[in-house]
Parts: sequence; C-alpha cells; structure tokens
Amino acid sequence: MLHSSLRPALVATMVIFAFFSLLTGLAYPLLVTGIAQAAFADRANGSLIVTAGEPVGSIPRGSIPRGSTPRGSTLIGQHFTGPGYFWGRPSATGTRPYNALASGGSNQGPLNPAWLDAVKMRIDTLRAADPANTASIPVDLVTASASGLDPHISVAAAKYQTARVARARNLPVTTMQSLVAKHTQGRWLGIFGEPRVNVLELNIALDALALDATR
Amino acid sequence: MTIASIASSIALGVLLLGSVILCARPLGRYIADVMEGRPILALRLGGELERALYRVAGIDPARETGWKQYALNLLLFSTCGVLFVYLLQRVQLWLPLNPQSFGNVTPDSAFNTAISFVTNTNWQGYAGESTMSYLTQMLGLAVQNFVSAATGIAVAIALIRGFARHASPTVGNFWVDLTRSTLYLLLPAATLIAIVLASQGVIQNFAAFKDVTTVAPTTYAPPDEPTGPGTNTGAGTATLSTTTGTQTLPMGPVASQEAIKELGTNGGGFFNANSAHPFENPNAFTNFLELFAILLIPAALTFTFGAMVGDARQGWAILVGMTMLFTALWLVAASSEQAGNPLLVSLGVDQQASADQSGGNMEGKETRFGIGASALFATVTTATSTGAVNSMHDSMTPLGGLAPMFLMQIGEVAFGGVGSGLYGMLIYALLGVFIAGLMIGRTPEYLGKKIEAFDMKMTSIAILATPLVVLIGTAVAVSVASGKAGVANPGAHGYAEILYAFSSAGNNNGSCFCGLSANTPFYNTALGLAMWFGRFWVLIPVLAIAGSLAAKKRAPVTAGTMPTHGPLFVVLLMGSVLLIGALTYVPALALGPVAEHLMIAR
Repeated sequence: MLHSSLRPALVATMVIFAFFSLLTGLAYPLLVTGIAQAAFADRANGSLIVTAGEPVGSIPRGSIPRGSTPRGSTLIGQHFTGPGYFWGRPSATGTRPYNALASGGSNQGPLNPAWLDAVKMRIDTLRAADPANTASIPVDLVTASASGLDPHISVAAAKYQTARVARARNLPVTTMQSLVAKHTQGRWLGIFGEPRVNVLELNIALDALALDATR
Repeated sequence: MTIASIASSIALGVLLLGSVILCARPLGRYIADVMEGRPILALRLGGELERALYRVAGIDPARETGWKQYALNLLLFSTCGVLFVYLLQRVQLWLPLNPQSFGNVTPDSAFNTAISFVTNTNWQGYAGESTMSYLTQMLGLAVQNFVSAATGIAVAIALIRGFARHASPTVGNFWVDLTRSTLYLLLPAATLIAIVLASQGVIQNFAAFKDVTTVAPTTYAPPDEPTGPGTNTGAGTATLSTTTGTQTLPMGPVASQEAIKELGTNGGGFFNANSAHPFENPNAFTNFLELFAILLIPAALTFTFGAMVGDARQGWAILVGMTMLFTALWLVAASSEQAGNPLLVSLGVDQQASADQSGGNMEGKETRFGIGASALFATVTTATSTGAVNSMHDSMTPLGGLAPMFLMQIGEVAFGGVGSGLYGMLIYALLGVFIAGLMIGRTPEYLGKKIEAFDMKMTSIAILATPLVVLIGTAVAVSVASGKAGVANPGAHGYAEILYAFSSAGNNNGSCFCGLSANTPFYNTALGLAMWFGRFWVLIPVLAIAGSLAAKKRAPVTAGTMPTHGPLFVVLLMGSVLLIGALTYVPALALGPVAEHLMIAR
C-alpha cells in the first residue's frame, strides 16, 4: 500500500525539486543580475572608488577606465594607523585588520578580560598619539565593529581626531573641522542611520587637500 | 542614556511595526486567495505554467491528501533537498561559477549546512566568503531559502484548513501549496526586494574577487596558523612584520540571496559577517527594508488565518499577542545595549548618546546602525526564525543577549518564522484553551473544534520537542571535551555560547554567539541533528493536529463558548508562552546571562 503512494510521490519530488532549482537557483539570480547590471552597475559591482593614478597590474577587467586605479570601495573600510590620517574602528578580521576575506567581529563577551585588555591597549594608543587631548574617547574608536569592515566612525570619533590630524598635516584645525563637517552624514528623517563619517572618503579628501596645498 | 537616543530607537521600531502591520493586512488576504486557489489575476497568469508543471510531475492539483500523505510528501521533498545540497558542496570545486576555486566542503560541514538550509535554520559553521562557490550559494542555498520557507507556509495553511474545515478527510495538496507559495508570493516579492537592495549598493555580479590598492598600507602579524573567523581576537600583540597595500574585495550574486534570506526568514549570510557586512546591508534604508522583509510574511499569515477561518478578529488576537511579546523583549535589548558596558566607564570611554554618536555598547556593532537599529535587528531576527545578524550577539551586554536567546527559546512565536511562527503560536493557543478548559471544567474548544486527547498529545510533543533537544544538547556539549573545546569566552559567557547555539539550532533560528568554534565534527553533527529534530518533531505533530481537527465537526457557538478574540484570550495566549518558556529555561538562563549580569553589575 505504501509502495503505491510512494512511487508517484518520488516522481513528484524529483520534478518539483528540479523545477524550483532551475527557477529560484538559476533564473532568479540571473534575472536580478541582469537588471542590476543594466540599471546600477557601479553599485552592483561594489561601489568602487576610482582615482586617477598609475595603473597596477591587477586591475580587474570591467567598468574601470584605463589608467585609473581602484582605491577601495566606499562601503568597505580600510586600515589607517598614521597620525596624519583619521583612524577607523578597530577591526577583528584575524591578525590582519580590515581583511575583506575574513569579515566578522571579535565575538568577545562584555566581561572577557582579553577584551578589556584590548580596549585598554587601544585607549593607550590613542592617548599616546595625541597626549594633549584629554577628552573622553568615543566608544566606537575602541570597540571592534561587527563586520570588521565598518567604513564609518561616529562624528564624535572624527572630531576627537581632528587636532591630531591637523598637527600631523600642518593644516589649520578649522580646515580639518570643515572637512569633517563636509563628510558628516546625519540621521535621515531623524530616525534612519546614526551620525557618521566615511573614513576612507574623508582620508582620500584629506590627501587631495594636501596635494593641492603643495601645488 | 538620553531621552533622544532611546526616542529615535523607539521611533524606528514603531515605524517598522506600523508599516509591517499596514502591509500585512492586504498581503494576508492575498495569501489566502492564492492558497485557496481563487481565480485572482496572479493565478490566471501563472496557471499555464502551473498546469504544465503538475502534468510533468504527475500531480493532480485537485486531489488533496490526508495529513499523513501530506507529511510524507513534505519529508521526501526535504530529504531530497538535504541530499542535493550535501552533494553540491562536496563537488563544487569541479563545477562552474567558482572563480576563487574554493575546494569541496568537508563532509561534516556539508552535512550540517545541508540540514541547516533545508530546515530553514541557516546556522552557518562556515564563512561564506572563503568557503562557498557562487553556484553553491545559488543553486544549493538560495533554492532552499525559497522552498524551506514555502514548506513552512504550506504547513501553516494545512493547520488553518484544519480549523476552517468541517468533517474533512484531507488537509490539502502539499505540491500545490508549495508551488503556489513560491510562485505567487516568495519569488515576485524577492525579485522586487533584490533589485531595490542592489540599487543601494548590495553587490550582484559573478565577477572574481577584486584587488584594490589601499590608500595606506597595512602592517600586520602573519597568522601562525589559519584562524577561523570565530576565533578572532584582534589583540594584535604579535610582531607586526608583514605589509600589504592590497585589499581583496569579495564579489558575488549577493542581492538575490539577501532578499530571500530575509523574506523567507532564513538568515544564512552570503558573507561571514551576515547582514553586518556592508555588501549585504550597506545603509540604514537597506537595514529597514531587510527588517521589513523578515516580519512581513509572518505578520501577514495572521491575517490569512483570520480570512480563512472567516473571522478576522481571530487573526488580530494572535497578532496582538505576538506584538506584545516582541515589544517587551525588544525594549529589554534596546535599553540594555544603550546603557553600555559599566566596565568601560572608569577607563574614560564615552558611551553617552549624543548628536554626534549613538553611544552604548558598540563592541560588535556597525557605526551606521548604532544601538537602535542593531538592538531592533537582534530582536526581529530571533523573534522570527531568521537568524541573520547585523551585530554580533556574542558581544551584547548580558541582558541584551538574553532577550534574543529567550525569544528563540519560547519557540520563535513573536511573529515567528514564515509559517512556523503562526503554527507555533496556534499550538500555544491550543494549550491556552486547554488550560482554561481545565480551570472552568469544560471541554476545551478553539474555533468551534473540540480539543481532545489526541490533539493535546500532539500539542505536548510539538511544545516539548525543542526544549528537549536544546537542553539535552547543551547538557551533552558542556560535559564532553569536544563540546567545551569550542568555547571562546571564559566563565558564564562561554556556557551561554553553548546554550545559545542549541537554542538557535533546536528552534531553527541560525544566529549564534559566534565566538563558539562550531565548525568541528562534534558541533556540526550535534547541531545538525538538533536542527533536524527541532524542525520535524514540531512540524509533523502540527500536521497530525491539522488532520485531526479537519476531520472534526464544527460545534456551534453557545453561551458557554470561551471567546478567542478578546483581551482575555490574548493574556491567556501570552501566559502559556511565557509559562512554558520560563518553566523550561529559567534554570538554564540563570547559569548564563543572568549570572553574567549579576557579575557585571556588581
């Protein structure tokens, strides 16, 4: 009796499974890719930042014009440690910060002594880089992000660093403040998103500013 | 904690719940039309394709089956999915769309992942960007994102039919229910959401990973041994001896995966960081859209329920109960995370919310989401069976982490998974009316159906199966060396990682306290079994109840009938959920997050 009901059920399983595999596993992603590539290719390909510069050997084929180098993605943070750059969030992507092949957080708990030590070390590094600054440190500058690739810092974290960067770059603090203000994104409609600054975009603008100053 | 920060968090949540409920009503009625096969426009458009499919598959769409055949078809289909996803991972190296030449997945990991995606859990022991080929992501994982969600809807609809029908020997046709919920609901909605996500920066391509020349070089210590993402410490105490000016950006068809991952309450991320990854969730708007997509169908199904049993108030009662449970635990998570970590205060760290920062406990959170959107996401993902994360739950404050854990442990019924949330909540409704019946000495009834011994036996199995899986699994894991070896954090928090893992697997959630190194033969096997039994030991008893109820006559409403749409019933419903949840899990929680809270607040 079971046999009589099992056989058609097996056939149905196979056919329905094959049908949905083709439809949702191939046709659907291909359709979405086609539309996305036709309508907003830049975004579908990673929101790359392309600045004029010397071409490097590993430029991928595609939408990047010859003679320009992709310097990163506006969405993916990069690691900055020099005093003349704004620093991003601590990154827990293994031993190599901002490694986009190993996204993830520290997963350390709120009582973990190793985590507290790491936070203390980050505080010491920040204090050592700018001993004159006695303000309390914005929390996002000493805590690792969830993705390890967070492109943003809070506006407070950017303001905390302006004096140091200005000194290292030999630029007036007011120039630095207006640059930060220019790159500040607020809460949309007062609800969506948090006050933030894109660190990579800010630092690229900073380099451009320095380049103009030397000309 | 300033009023402003909490106010914007609350405004965000209220806006989310409001827009979900607003859209859920028409969608719920649409789902009822689709599942009842009414000649609406969508069904007329797809009718030709549907009929051709049924013809090839040898299915008579008009022929319904009893609950046993329905369950058998469902089990066959799910088993076929497990085998296919397992095999695909085991041979992906030799198949196309693998530009990074990722190797074949190990047997234990492939077993775990296959069960994980088929059971709508989407627990991930692996890191997507270094493990799965584009083909595996699409043809293996995304397909299950669709059909496991469709399976959940099918079971929920079968149970609703049990209530709605009068002396019927059948509960529906599994193949038709599966096909229609995919074709007319999941696929069009996912396509729309995927395109919007891609327009916002969620990547969608088949390119190889891209090398970019970074603005500044990175100096780092080469790892002595390959470390998994779960074991990251970020401490960086070793010698910094290697310098690179290159960052390799992962690519892939992410938007299409992301849309159905949220819409189907699946939660399996394309990347290890899941919805915290900027390529999966680039801004506050995509975050809102993803939250909306998660809650939409579970909320809509309460209206489908109301429409199919012919009394919209019955659906509203369930929805109100769900929303209240959700809100209570969301506020616990949001306020606890906004308060921040007391240990950082003496170190001179500023955790105050202001116009310039979100403040709060920012470890494991993204700046663009801050506290409000992160706590809301953690609640939404565990109130449903999604398990996608936009922050790392392992780094939440003790009470902030307790909220998502408890939401999973009560069976993910505050909205819940696609289909599984509604049938889970209706099981609690049966328990509620049974307890009320005992108190007033009457035969319990729900929607005119007498609840008898068989129904209560099945209800008990459905309610007790997951706690059994979760608590036994946790007990075994904390007792054996291979279980304890995976723990990343010392003390109570390490135990909480294990409890969270089994709560997540047993309830088919998929989120984690991800410090736990779970990509080991022990955890891959143990959690794989927990997911399988956690899914089917609930789903099959539910179908049995559907069959039993469908066969019963509908009793007329009398003066002695307890109304199941008023505030009293809502209280009874929430009471049963919280009673079972508390009785089962308070001792286990006391050893983990509660102990940790007492230590940190000292």
